[in-house]
Amino acid sequence: MARVAVDVVIKPEILDPQGKAILAALARTGHAGVSSVRQGKHFDLEVDDSVTDADLEEIAGGLLANPVIETWTITRLDGTADGAPHAGAPADAEPEAAL
Amino acid sequence: MTGPQTGPRIGVVTFPGTLDDIDAARAVRYTGAEPVALWHADADLRDVEAVVVPGGFSYGDYLRAGAIAAQAPVMRVVVEQARSPHRRLPVLGICNGFQILCEAGLLPGALVRNAELRFICRDQWLRVENTSSVWSTRYEPGAEILIPMKNAEGRYVADDAVMDELEGEGRVLFRYVTEGPQRGATNPNGALRDIAGICSADGRIAALMPHPEHAIDAFTGPSDDGMGIFLSALDAITTGDLAGAR
Repeated sequence: MARVAVDVVIKPEILDPQGKAILAALARTGHAGVSSVRQGKHFDLEVDDSVTDADLEEIAGGLLANPVIETWTITRLDGTADGAPHAGAPADAEPEAAL
Repeated sequence: MTGPQTGPRIGVVTFPGTLDDIDAARAVRYTGAEPVALWHADADLRDVEAVVVPGGFSYGDYLRAGAIAAQAPVMRVVVEQARSPHRRLPVLGICNGFQILCEAGLLPGALVRNAELRFICRDQWLRVENTSSVWSTRYEPGAEILIPMKNAEGRYVADDAVMDELEGEGRVLFRYVTEGPQRGATNPNGALRDIAGICSADGRIAALMPHPEHAIDAFTGPSDDGMGIFLSALDAITTGDLAGAR
């Protein structure tokens, strides 16, 4: 078994009114330094060894995200495949990575 | 289905969470055609000659509006028969049905949250931009029709290449009417180029966000302007203009 994270966000060219509403709320709560918010979705998957990176790409692009309006990133959290957490990420950025 | 109906069979799909299948079936019945109930879990179109994918909140709008329904067994058959060069099944998507057809890849683009983040529920003027599709021949070019709209995710978006293709091929079916004080509105949801409905290149697959099935009788709706959509399809079926269709 492996754990995989899929993060989906709306493409930059598409208006994200939810992100704008959150940005306005941040300004009202004293966080004027935040200049942009884009709201997205996060999926945690548990997959067995038969699920290849190509399968994950199909899962993300074929159902979890809509390629017309969204982009996505796939991260294998246990680092057993080529989707290993990239260098430079703080060790505590993803607690699951230690599992 | 039993009863006195003897017209062509037009399917109306029901998913868990569909709301407007009853009104869609009623609109089909008003034309003299026979509405045929199609169930989401059945990969069986029951020999219908066209399909309406009605509005509602299929699968609770989980993931994205229409995303789960687009993978349902009945939709896999709808997509297969709509794309088959020998069948070219006419399909109409209304509201959630529009979202489903886009998610299924039968129509380009996507429907996203309304720009003002509000659920919009009102009667809406539309301009008919294409009167040659299977679903719009009963209208005069440029006709303005009044039908209800009710959605939170009705903002049509697509990339520039798709938009240019839609415009260039005359595939914008309906636009929101934005001028004139009596129209009482700007573009209600931020849809690109005021698009309320589009169709496929051959005019057989069509979809719109507002609800023509709620505007078929002045007793229950703001007008009977929505009947034109259903009557157009009936015309196409009964006159044999659907060469290649079963």
